[in-house]
Amino acid sequence: MNLFEIIKNIENVDADIHDRLNPRRAAVKGLSTFGAKVALASLPLAIGSMFKKAYGQTIPQKIIDVLNFALTLEYLEAEFYTKGLAAGGLIPNATAVGAITVIKEHEDQHVAFLKTALGSAAVGKPTFDFTAGGTFSDVFSNYDTFLAVANAFEDTGVRAYKGQAGDLMENDDILRYALNIHSVEARHASHIRQMRRARGGGASNLKPWITGANDTGVSQVDPVYAGEDNKVQAGADITSLNGVNGKISVNAATEAFDEALSKEAVLQIASLFIVS
Amino acid sequence: MLVVCLSKQLEILNQLFMNDHYLKEKEGLYSTENLQTSLKRRSFLKYAGASMAIGAIAMAGCNKDDDNSPGMDEGVYLGKGDIAILNYAYALEQLEAAFYTKVAEAPYSGISDLEKSLLTDIRDHEVAHREFFKAALQANAISDLEVDFSSVNFGSREQVLATAKVFEDLGVSAYNGAGQLIEKGEYLLLAGKIVSVEARHAALIRDLIQNGSFAGSDVVDMNGLEKSLSPTKVLTAAAPFIKTKINARDLPTY
Repeated sequence: MNLFEIIKNIENVDADIHDRLNPRRAAVKGLSTFGAKVALASLPLAIGSMFKKAYGQTIPQKIIDVLNFALTLEYLEAEFYTKGLAAGGLIPNATAVGAITVIKEHEDQHVAFLKTALGSAAVGKPTFDFTAGGTFSDVFSNYDTFLAVANAFEDTGVRAYKGQAGDLMENDDILRYALNIHSVEARHASHIRQMRRARGGGASNLKPWITGANDTGVSQVDPVYAGEDNKVQAGADITSLNGVNGKISVNAATEAFDEALSKEAVLQIASLFIVS
Repeated sequence: MLVVCLSKQLEILNQLFMNDHYLKEKEGLYSTENLQTSLKRRSFLKYAGASMAIGAIAMAGCNKDDDNSPGMDEGVYLGKGDIAILNYAYALEQLEAAFYTKVAEAPYSGISDLEKSLLTDIRDHEVAHREFFKAALQANAISDLEVDFSSVNFGSREQVLATAKVFEDLGVSAYNGAGQLIEKGEYLLLAGKIVSVEARHAALIRDLIQNGSFAGSDVVDMNGLEKSLSPTKVLTAAAPFIKTKINARDLPTY
């Protein structure tokens, strides 16, 4: 393997690379003779700086698509919490208002961050219907409904970011940002679940983590939890492995790993709340 | 064809590599591993990596002896590339599992049924993570690490939860920081499946300490982004709790 083979490999992955490197194409092609006169050691640096030029200014479409997908979900969450906080008497005490405010501010920050990253490529905010066509008609007047929808949104967000990580691998910085949002959504999900458990009733056994598939007691959000009951990871059935007392339980096996959700599945869930 | 050993070239390059964040990120500037990491940050090797292993670059035309540095071969060797990252995660899961196993065995005084149940759940998750990595790594798995919790009073709720908070926040930032170093999409997805569960733990532990502190400004910045920590920084932070010496010589980091 040498540098020229590496360049060939790059061409295989990115057929447009020469177009993007256009002004420097001659330099790339001319490396073999160029190398004899200039210190070989300087070549990777030159190529590195070319890539920086090639990708520094514009984000590839694949990544724009992921970021806009994320932005749409963040718009959804941000507006949801904004409306919840604005609905008089919905959130019953100062502690809960404090927690929802923390979450709302993070969602606002995610919107702002993604819009900045996307610049003119950012999609606009859709018009939302948080009742999902009447399914959650009392979402801003019944606190338990509000928390149930929040629960579904946060768990969806976690699954959505996880599902897109692979498509961001070519850009370390953007991948890292996405992961840094992803874990914040998981913290939100954990807290909303605790808030629901504290309310008692149907959610009194709810845990901060997802047990099996849909453990929320709200059957309307089944699609949010499709596949969460998976207990096989990278070919290993987790329940066949040794736990503390005997094998690892099915509950622990499903709780210990959050599952990803495809963009299509997430958009289908989101579409229930998007009017246009 | 390049005739000269490429890793030698890369060493020379290190000295020429005088721009942006690379130099700021200190430590071991003159090692091949660091340069590879640096190049990778530029998306360069990411492309090359689509059809070849990163390690192959350094290996091409090189004598294996070139990689040997005196005093660097002690301790449990994590391996290279993705294997090293998985072993790194395995080491952290071993640490967490050992911690919660002790917590569950001898709960702190005054523990509520709810707290006991939640902390036992977390133990089971960390054990599941540990056993999963062990099974996935097979022969490449590092040995069992010896941990050191002598600084923790397990009878004290305050100390147990404070230590748990450190481990969980560290775990999340460790997975967040390792993501960009992973080569295979499958492993990145697995790390993603685990990190959000660690974040759920972290939020709960924080709420047990102080309700509402689930995503405090000490872990989430003004952009709503959680921290990432490089493997080097994470291992340094975890070192006081791990007796076994870990050889992270070939662990990708930045």
